Amino acid sequence: MAPVVIRNLNKTFDGVHAVKDVNLEINDKEFVVLVGPSGCGKTTTLRMVAGLESITSGEILIGDKIVNELPPMDRDIAMVFQNYALYPHMNVYDNMAFGLKMRRFGRAEIDARVKAAAEILGIQAQLQRKPRQLSGGQRQRVALGRAIVRHPKLFLFDEPLSNLDAKLRVQMRVEIKKIHARLGTTAIYVTHDQVEAMTLGDRVVVMRDGVVQQVGEPLELYNAPANRFVAGFIGSPAMNFATVTIAADANGLLWANNEGIHIKLPAEVAGRLRKHVGEHVTLGIRPEDLRVASSRDPADVAFDAMVEVVEKLGSEILLDVKVGPSTMAAAVEPTVRAKVRDQLRLAVNPDRLYFFDGPSQAAI
Amino acid sequence: MIEGAKWRRWIFFYIPLCAFIFTLLFPFYWMLVTAVRPDSELYRPWSAPNYAPFWTSHPTLDHITYLLQETLFSTWMLNTLLISIAATLISLFCGLLAGYALSRLKFRFAGMLGTAIFITYLVPQTLLFIPLADIIRNFRLGDTPWALILTYPTFLIPFCTWLLMGYFKAIPRELEECARIDGAARWQAMLYIIFPIAVPGILSAGIFAFTLSWNEFIYALVFLSSPAEKTVSVGVTSELIRGDVFYWGSLMAGALLGSIPVAFVYSFFVEYYVAGLTGAVKG
Repeated sequence: MAPVVIRNLNKTFDGVHAVKDVNLEINDKEFVVLVGPSGCGKTTTLRMVAGLESITSGEILIGDKIVNELPPMDRDIAMVFQNYALYPHMNVYDNMAFGLKMRRFGRAEIDARVKAAAEILGIQAQLQRKPRQLSGGQRQRVALGRAIVRHPKLFLFDEPLSNLDAKLRVQMRVEIKKIHARLGTTAIYVTHDQVEAMTLGDRVVVMRDGVVQQVGEPLELYNAPANRFVAGFIGSPAMNFATVTIAADANGLLWANNEGIHIKLPAEVAGRLRKHVGEHVTLGIRPEDLRVASSRDPADVAFDAMVEVVEKLGSEILLDVKVGPSTMAAAVEPTVRAKVRDQLRLAVNPDRLYFFDGPSQAAI
Repeated sequence: MIEGAKWRRWIFFYIPLCAFIFTLLFPFYWMLVTAVRPDSELYRPWSAPNYAPFWTSHPTLDHITYLLQETLFSTWMLNTLLISIAATLISLFCGLLAGYALSRLKFRFAGMLGTAIFITYLVPQTLLFIPLADIIRNFRLGDTPWALILTYPTFLIPFCTWLLMGYFKAIPRELEECARIDGAARWQAMLYIIFPIAVPGILSAGIFAFTLSWNEFIYALVFLSSPAEKTVSVGVTSELIRGDVFYWGSLMAGALLGSIPVAFVYSFFVEYYVAGLTGAVKG
């Protein structure tokens, strides 16, 4: 158990700058998730923490020790790989005991630790089996067990659930969360799945093209994304974006306008947007903030939409609608009766609008 | 399996298969039948009325007895065995380390070095024996088993290196990375994780190396001269072909007995060896 500090971390592979000036402080016992699309540098960052990739420049501290030059075996970490990486020639017991044997633990201690980990994970019955005799979920449990028995300072997870089917993934996600709550080991978890990131992380680090976009608690990222990329990446279905022009009317009120949208901005939002009057900015609306307009909704928070696709999910209905020139997704009540090519009026809560600066894409 | 009508299966599967098996096994049958055929039948002209080349009704062990008692055949067998095993072990050891390094370690010119090693394998032995003969003479190793134990690796090491390189490349890198995080140094990860998984590859490299050294002819012919030092392939041909007289019976008996160890090794390791060639790592 140890804090981890990453300072100005850079990595270049054959001239490709894969990780750019990453700074991150991870507290003791914290569960931090690195998330981003593939090729964003999250796995490379993790591998540098593990010692599997050399560091081009910058510093990594585990505990209070700089580990830049330390080989992986001396960093006291455990890692779970996407493809499980179980040793195929050893049975489950030996797979879990290998790390302890390498560190010259006594036979009794090894036995106790392996059995305890097997109990936590519910794989006592499989201890004598070879990895190829196990199902995907069991293999992943063994891989977790191999990390747990070591009692390391730091857990590293490299997309550990990506090879599992959807149902098992949810189940293992809960399990990982429970194990972390129980052991309290600092953990860094890499995934491309924002749902995993949101559900597992105490804090989430969103990366893109090797650059950290935002670090924050899951709801912070959801409610106050730092830029358009984070806004689009966090949340499912993804946030809708439309280019609008900010206009001021005779009364000094601000409006967001385009061919399909004409929304009056509340005073608080208007304050931030005042200096963008006359400019094109990106408007972001989360699908779950859209609803079918009722007679109570004022006209200046609603707009016309034509239904293009209806997806009935049971708990809600996802509508793909055309608003002016752009397409939007709306998550509406399951009671809504909408058919393809229906004309609807959608209303939005004006306090839940996001605006991003045109050129920089940063949140306004 | 070929699907469809019975005749299709016969034409496209059974008949070609039988032809293939027949072609492969006929030389062995020929060796066997010649080895047990009496001289009177062996040297009977083909125009004789009782000429029957594929069968004998008077089998004899004379040629085999002659081979074992009147020639140094058992010494040759022992020489060949010793030289082959020693050369195989040396080559396998070097090939393992070189193959691992070339497939796993990132260092300058790694790719070029791999190609260079492969190219040395392509240099024909019939050219290479000339400079090697000079070296053997300078080190005064001529006519000793060392002449072959040290020269066979010149073609076995590149061969083993290449075969094992391919095999190591097929083993997921994560296994080794995981072992290194688990607390193993690189050499421990190699020894406890990679090598045990690579056993089929290592065995097939070993079998090939053993067979190549067992069957090797030209170096053995050039570097060894006294009958007691010879290997089977050279001993049988130099001692049983005298001038233009071929002792066909004993020659074939020697060839037959000489191929038994190789056949034995193959049949013993056949499963590993197939897995080694197809490169199957079961996860």
